[in-house]
Amino acid sequence: MTMDAIETSDAPLSGEAVLITGICGRLGKQLARMLHRKGPVVGVDRRAFPDKPRDIVHAQVDIRRKKLKDVFRGTNIRAVVHLGVLHDPRASAADHHSWNVAGFAKLLEYVAQFRVPKLVLLSSANVYGPQSSNPQFLTEDAPLLGGQNFSDIRDLIELDMLAQSFFWKLPETETVILRPVHILGTVHNAPSNFLRKDPIVTILGFDPMMQVVQQSEVVSAIECALRRGVRGTFNVAGPEPASLSRLIKILGRQKISVPYGVTRAVLSRMWSWRLTSFPPPEIDHIRYVCMVDDRRSRQELGFTPTMSLEATVLSVDEGRW
Amino acid sequence: MAPVGLSQAVDDAVEAGLRRILGESFDSKMARVPLTLGPTGIDAFGLDPHWARYLFLTVALLHRKYFRTEVHGIDNVPTGRVLLVANHAGQLPLDGALIAAAMFMDAEPPRIVRAMVEKWAVGLPFVSMLFARVGQVTGVPENATRLLQQGEALLVFPEGVRGVAKTFEHRYQLADFGSGFMRLAIETETPIVPVAVVGAEEQYISVANFDALAKVLGMPAFPIVPQLLVPGGQLPLPTRYRLWFGEPMRFVGDIDDDDAVLEEKVWLVRQTVQAMLTKALAERKHVFW
Repeated sequence: MTMDAIETSDAPLSGEAVLITGICGRLGKQLARMLHRKGPVVGVDRRAFPDKPRDIVHAQVDIRRKKLKDVFRGTNIRAVVHLGVLHDPRASAADHHSWNVAGFAKLLEYVAQFRVPKLVLLSSANVYGPQSSNPQFLTEDAPLLGGQNFSDIRDLIELDMLAQSFFWKLPETETVILRPVHILGTVHNAPSNFLRKDPIVTILGFDPMMQVVQQSEVVSAIECALRRGVRGTFNVAGPEPASLSRLIKILGRQKISVPYGVTRAVLSRMWSWRLTSFPPPEIDHIRYVCMVDDRRSRQELGFTPTMSLEATVLSVDEGRW
Repeated sequence: MAPVGLSQAVDDAVEAGLRRILGESFDSKMARVPLTLGPTGIDAFGLDPHWARYLFLTVALLHRKYFRTEVHGIDNVPTGRVLLVANHAGQLPLDGALIAAAMFMDAEPPRIVRAMVEKWAVGLPFVSMLFARVGQVTGVPENATRLLQQGEALLVFPEGVRGVAKTFEHRYQLADFGSGFMRLAIETETPIVPVAVVGAEEQYISVANFDALAKVLGMPAFPIVPQLLVPGGQLPLPTRYRLWFGEPMRFVGDIDDDDAVLEEKVWLVRQTVQAMLTKALAERKHVFW
């Protein structure tokens, strides 16, 4: 589908639409399915959306292209939800930068130009970074130190910062930054992929407390963020924290504990031979704490997770065959 | 299966040992501890009562049998949030373990004491895991504030590494106190209970600190302890510990006050601990009994 689809689509564009970038991801599809029943939804993604509901308008464009502007021009947009963040650890640094930083800057430009009243960015609690000196619960104003030991995620921090600058640059737009903890579910992100392994490798002598959140709960949090009047940065967490060993126990998987030095050396080698999708610095996530204080999202965002820890963790195996 | 039978036998032995030393079951004692546990039975900082019993039995044996701790004035510790401020010594933080044991075994209601672990130690394998499971937390102000707001008992050693790594010639001379604990106490309106620990200074006799080596190894200190070379000297010397809990001290003020203003309050606490130490030392008849 190309940009022409917008003009030829039979989808009714009455009222104001929500624009979702990265709509073809698992999270994007789920959000679109929830939102399209309530109002018009416009999706932007360079990937195809073969099984899209009829009333969703999908513009198959790259967010770095100028064509994106046409989407803004042709639609009355009430909110932009930016899910189209590139997380692929194998993508080059240049790609990461041009997609996540330059692409998002372009998106922000259009949000400002077309006076979109709401912007929601799905950032991540990873921007705080796992460190031995972390407090048990990081609040929203904690420094974003994720890039300290893992330089490849600096663009994700920059993305978060760009959105933050919007708070004062464009105060008439309600900007919401959501920083969810490890998202679990059918999504193909590092924590879900890690928990799908069998056996699961852990670091000998470390068993950090962790927070997880199910992908459908993240969708609910985004829905809360779309309410009028909500603005600011919110940590989003799911059920109560649990140790890594407890998560593994829930899944009923084997656990192999390996000393840190060995894990790091083997993983680095495997990474250079392209045998793994886990970048070596990510080991710190199973070594140190990176948990958030989600009181703000419960009180101000009105988001309350409902899924149990067991259901959240077991959801990584859903949809597998 | 044999391993299940074995782990059951170990569990039973630990339970029996704890019952003998506590005079009641560990679970019934634990039930009286004011804690905020999650639905999975552990708290958000990683304290796991089921797991803690193993380490606890070890500490209880050290407390009752090895160091034969004398505990004085534990009734001074108020219920609800409290900051225990103690002198620190002995190369290994056994003083912290014994204060925790006293608060669990000798106080009513029993309390789980949270100590602030040196950030350096949190990066060590096993140590970090072990500390977290028995309720010890990374030594950052945010954790302390949160725990006190939950109404917990927090143990701080304002001397920090300067205290624990002091050499034998400086025994029972308090090092400088940091002022972080005072800011914390004022901010959270928490009473401070000064604690004097006698006995820790003699458990490992350090003659010097090898600072250059400590720096190379990234350790906060590298004490030279000759007894480690003697067979069996790796164990701490079985000194008799004496723990003195003082009257609670309450401080008010502005948390944004200059350090100079806080210093006076810190000095007061430091002097109280020093006075308690001097008195306790004067009353001590012998290091080992």
